Amino acid sequence: MKLHEYQAKELIKSFGVPIQEGTAVSTVEEALEAAKTLYEGGPDGNFFVVKAQIHAGGRGKGTIKETGSHGVVVVKGLDGVEKAAKDILGGTLVTVQNEATGGSTVRKILIAQDMYYPGPSDRKEYYISIMLDRETGRDVIIASSEGGMNIEEVAEKTPEKIVKEWVDPAVGLQSFQVRKIAFGLGFTGAAFKNATKFIANLYKAYKGLDADMLEINPMFKSADDKVLAVDCKMSIDSNALYRHKDVAAMRDITEEDPLEVEASEHHLNYIKLDGNVGCMVNGAGLAMATMDMIKLSGGEPANFLDVGGNASAETVEEGFRIILKDPHVKAILVNIFGGIVRCDRVANGVVEAYKNIGEIKVPIIVRLQGTNAEEAAKIIDESGLKVVSAITLEDAAAKVKGALA
Amino acid sequence: MSILVNKDSKVIVQGFTGKEGTFHAEQMLAYGTQVVGGVTPGKGGMKHLGQPVFNTVYEAVQTTKANVSIIFVPPAFAADAIMEAADAGVELIVAITEGIPVKDMIYAKHYIDERGVRMIGPNCPGVITPGECKLGIMPGFIHNPGHVGILSRSGTLTYEAVDQVTKQGLGQSTCVGIGGDPIIGSTHLDIIKLFNEDPDTHGIVMIGEIGGSNEEKAAEWIADHVTKPVVGFIAGRTAPPGRRMGHAGAIVSGGKGTADGKMAVMRECGIHVVESPAEIGTVMAEALRAAAV
Repeated sequence: MKLHEYQAKELIKSFGVPIQEGTAVSTVEEALEAAKTLYEGGPDGNFFVVKAQIHAGGRGKGTIKETGSHGVVVVKGLDGVEKAAKDILGGTLVTVQNEATGGSTVRKILIAQDMYYPGPSDRKEYYISIMLDRETGRDVIIASSEGGMNIEEVAEKTPEKIVKEWVDPAVGLQSFQVRKIAFGLGFTGAAFKNATKFIANLYKAYKGLDADMLEINPMFKSADDKVLAVDCKMSIDSNALYRHKDVAAMRDITEEDPLEVEASEHHLNYIKLDGNVGCMVNGAGLAMATMDMIKLSGGEPANFLDVGGNASAETVEEGFRIILKDPHVKAILVNIFGGIVRCDRVANGVVEAYKNIGEIKVPIIVRLQGTNAEEAAKIIDESGLKVVSAITLEDAAAKVKGALA
Repeated sequence: MSILVNKDSKVIVQGFTGKEGTFHAEQMLAYGTQVVGGVTPGKGGMKHLGQPVFNTVYEAVQTTKANVSIIFVPPAFAADAIMEAADAGVELIVAITEGIPVKDMIYAKHYIDERGVRMIGPNCPGVITPGECKLGIMPGFIHNPGHVGILSRSGTLTYEAVDQVTKQGLGQSTCVGIGGDPIIGSTHLDIIKLFNEDPDTHGIVMIGEIGGSNEEKAAEWIADHVTKPVVGFIAGRTAPPGRRMGHAGAIVSGGKGTADGKMAVMRECGIHVVESPAEIGTVMAEALRAAAV
């Protein structure tokens, strides 16, 4: 589950990770209220960072379609905050990560302190992230002295600037590892001490929250040697949300595709794609293979839909309803290999869906194979529905081709 | 011969009296698998499906001499169940459960590795040696005893491959669903090594999907060590990057783990890579014929 920057920052702060302080608001009035109290000395003469809160990355370079403002701006005083809030709130922010889907509506902005003030020591941006390393089955901490940059680019061009530490599951993250990272990034003096605290607490937050990705870019050293998170990207392992009810409540469904939200309410695993052939499959691997086969047949998959191991007439009907809400769908391929799920149940689902939805205008190709496949074929055949049946995968592919011709 | 399980495997079921455990234990018994008992904490002393129920895996192993455990415990308790099985001294753990938190699996995997216990899964359909032992949730009737070893991260896509191989008049030595999670007990490479050593396995079908680099690692080892024909397929060429495709481990991130990348490595390593999943059976049959000449 993805979190917004402001949510992620609140969460890591509760584990003792210093952050760039700020308040998330959804109206211009709230923005001004927040700005008034953000600095002890009041807002006058102070700089503020106004940041659009959407899930997609690349906000700083992204543009609000309606006003031309960037998604992250630095402004001075209350006037600046007011203008930025008006420019960004309610606008459509288009970034490199969401341009394919036309951008995202900004419903919240974060009014934050500007930490790039001058002072006795140098300001510097760093990068740090924590994730699972699948090769070793361990958490890995990746840090770099090149903050604010794309880490994959750094890894490719200047791999010597990247520090990595793997965490032994038996003993957890050790102090020497934290020191290695902080020294590796070039921290010294008071900033070094602050950096070690930052890193150790960041790992505690990652572990404590069941995060599957936690990235701070930039991790920032201020001119008075504070080390803090200026941005924070975090996602939580969905399988662990049952033990983090407070975090689960932070889910923002307005950031998700409405069809995907609807599908998840019916325990269907649906991902919307851009193609013209809808598909309904049991099992994730077979679903991906079916999508690939649609492409080889000259179509483009309109979705990924795994109906899971417990497909019943009801779940199949919901699956149809969701696929049919996508206006680009020109044909539907149902591909069920019955192991846990019995084909006769799926066949009943197809029949029920037809009756309940009314007229389905697109051709449906149903391929049922496995447990009770013959009973299933009989149910389909005797229903009098306009459904093309297929037995082999090859046959199904050919019939998809035929339906698109 | 076969790998992992055979007619002598003695199996206990963890989560025996639950709905899933009961249903699949019945199916396994009907197939002829030696299910010698089960574990449900608090229900020790009962009989279920004609077999004894134990409170702990240790007790079950001591009493029944079981060497294999299959796990149907709900995700929140599954990592604990895996570690209990490893501690009790079974040789093989098959974890069917889907949805175990990654954090729990990091600990469980470390625990079983330290004890040298082999695990298949989690989030997998299990293992079957046709005609001898069905240890999982796959439909038994599509399998046929024979000489093709099949391994895959997926459930139903494995069944698809099995069905195609069977319809070519071939059979399977053993079929292994290694699981769709980012942390799994045995990788493609682990199972390829076993198939390579098994004289009864004449050809191998290796099915992978997007995410991670297990398939590439196995392919590189195959290039250097395996002379048996290997047919390969990777699911997810049309999957969009950055999205998790159902399986927790099936995600292309940072441009890594793409289907095209995996297929290219597999081809370079001499694997017969099929473009369409519908061709797995025919290509395997051809490859075996060519190898026999």
